[in-house]
Amino acid sequence: MKEKTKKIRLTSYGRNAALSYGLVTIAFIVMTILNSAGITTNSLRGQLVPICVYIVLAVSLNLVVGISGELSLGHAGFMSIGAFSGVVASACLAKTIPAAMPRLFVAMIVAGIIAGIAGFLIGIPVLRLRGDYLAIVTLAFGEIIRNILNVIYIGLDGAGLHVATSVEGLKLWPTGQVLLNGPMGATGIQKLSTFTAGYILIMFTLFVVQNLINSKQGRAIMAIRDNRIAAESVGLSATHFKMTAFVTSAALAGMAGALFGLNYSTVAPVKFNFNTSILILVFVVLGGMGNIVGSIISATVLTILPEALRQFADYRMLAYAIVLILVMLATNNMELRALIDKYTAKILGIFKKKNKSSADADLETMEGGQN
Amino acid sequence: MTFLTYLINGLSLGSVYAIIALGYTMVYGIAKMLNFAHGDVIMVGAYMSFCSVMYLHLPPWLSVIVAMIVCTLLGITIEKLAYKPLRGATSLAVLITAIGVSYFLQNAALLIWGSAPKVFTSIFNNVESFRLFDGQLVIAPETIFTVIACIVIMLVLTFFTTKTKLGKSMRAVSEDKAAAQLMGINVNSTISLTFAIGSALAAIAGVLLCSSYPTLMPTTGSMPGIKAFTAAVFGGIGSIPGAMIGGILLGIIEIFARAYVSTEISDAIVFGVLIVVLLVKPTGLLGKKITEKV
Repeated sequence: MKEKTKKIRLTSYGRNAALSYGLVTIAFIVMTILNSAGITTNSLRGQLVPICVYIVLAVSLNLVVGISGELSLGHAGFMSIGAFSGVVASACLAKTIPAAMPRLFVAMIVAGIIAGIAGFLIGIPVLRLRGDYLAIVTLAFGEIIRNILNVIYIGLDGAGLHVATSVEGLKLWPTGQVLLNGPMGATGIQKLSTFTAGYILIMFTLFVVQNLINSKQGRAIMAIRDNRIAAESVGLSATHFKMTAFVTSAALAGMAGALFGLNYSTVAPVKFNFNTSILILVFVVLGGMGNIVGSIISATVLTILPEALRQFADYRMLAYAIVLILVMLATNNMELRALIDKYTAKILGIFKKKNKSSADADLETMEGGQN
Repeated sequence: MTFLTYLINGLSLGSVYAIIALGYTMVYGIAKMLNFAHGDVIMVGAYMSFCSVMYLHLPPWLSVIVAMIVCTLLGITIEKLAYKPLRGATSLAVLITAIGVSYFLQNAALLIWGSAPKVFTSIFNNVESFRLFDGQLVIAPETIFTVIACIVIMLVLTFFTTKTKLGKSMRAVSEDKAAAQLMGINVNSTISLTFAIGSALAAIAGVLLCSSYPTLMPTTGSMPGIKAFTAAVFGGIGSIPGAMIGGILLGIIEIFARAYVSTEISDAIVFGVLIVVLLVKPTGLLGKKITEKV
């Protein structure tokens, strides 16, 4: 009898995964209802898609930083590749796929593939390095991508796509349209992104990342993170598994980038600078390394926080910085942490006693029901 | 002749990077942390010098001293309040805290001085330019003083770390904290000292940087900070001569890339060279190779 109830219970992985799906779905339903009831403010409605984008970015970066254990400081680079390839793809497909939603998804898939290829190419040199050296090279690649996007011009006319390093170099037809305008970025984008699309992308990301973590591959990735030498000595190829995590993360970031790019009428490469990479990293670290639910919550809270602090006007970013430092100190200081742990243990202890008796009661009723 | 001009400009920019990179590398060597707030200490130093000349009407050389004192105190305070409580925490936690400090400094500067760029008056305003080859080659005084300052700082630091007691204790702490403590070295005060020296260097770098490139904004320090960090890694992070060589090479590469290739992608070239160097020498030019023990 006991064995049967054990089977019904989910593993800790399953519980976390179910929690993340449930959390996102409930949030989506609540927000949709509030939206249709017209209760939400304009600024909050405008933030829904960015929140989805940052959740996907945080979860995908968590795969590299938390699960694979490599510090990446260039995640915004993949996001920018995704954003611009998504915008170009959507403009090219405007005639073939007039419907907004399918076109958005095709654009996201194209963006994901291109960002994934970029991730693979960048991963070849990057994953040869270790620790802080790896971090600085990802930073360097992020800056290189931004710099190159600054000098790329892409135009579209009846003859197809034109790529050049200046507007004149495009040699467009008079009816042609400039899609990427160097440092000005993409202009005149047709907005396709919706909250629903964001929700679907988050669910897809959670599905990919959580299944990867709980697969044979994922366990290999974590084994390499925990002890590279031991993992290699049992025949796991460190480069191969690290690459899997890196490319998956890059592709997901590219998809999020496409969602982001197609949410605005103009997007400039300067938006995807080092600070954006750092912002995503802050989500991951504050949410807890390797903790997917944590990433979702911290990405949401920290995207809303600067807006919520608007009443402090000029002081809001200062307040944000102070909050960030204080949270880091509170969660990482040894003495404070010991203190918090002591009290949570006490509270949990009381809770557990109650819980245990109720759980036992539950079990009994269940058994009774089955009999 | 233009080649020489570019080379000299590169040396000058590289010297500024080298001074900043020295601060990065020393802090990394001793605290094993990437201090992303370092670039913003540069900015604070430059503002301090600017204000003491502008409002207190101090002579330029004195303004540098004021900037150094303020930055030293700032560096020690940051270390005490933000980094010391995190000793023993994961390096990523310290990194995020450093980023928090960086945001804090930038936004505090934004509140105090506003977002409009200030025009920094060079501290070598009264010094004549240097003319060579019948005026074909003009060397600005900023250039000469920057290079001299860099060499002097490098020599003093090398002397300090190899010959003095405090310097030796710094090296001991960076090698093995626990062993150093057993030998009677006060680890905490040694780390504070390192932050103090690094921040004072950042102040000098800030003044020199803004003397050559006179726009001063709250974000002035971030890009040179990142570049100097790159320079420190380039030369092998933790190594003082490495930071110096890395900084100067980076400056020269950047100026040549701007002059001969394109201004827009000069940064991409700088970072590209860094990547190539790290692929050939994964621990930087002068970095120590640490063998893994099983």
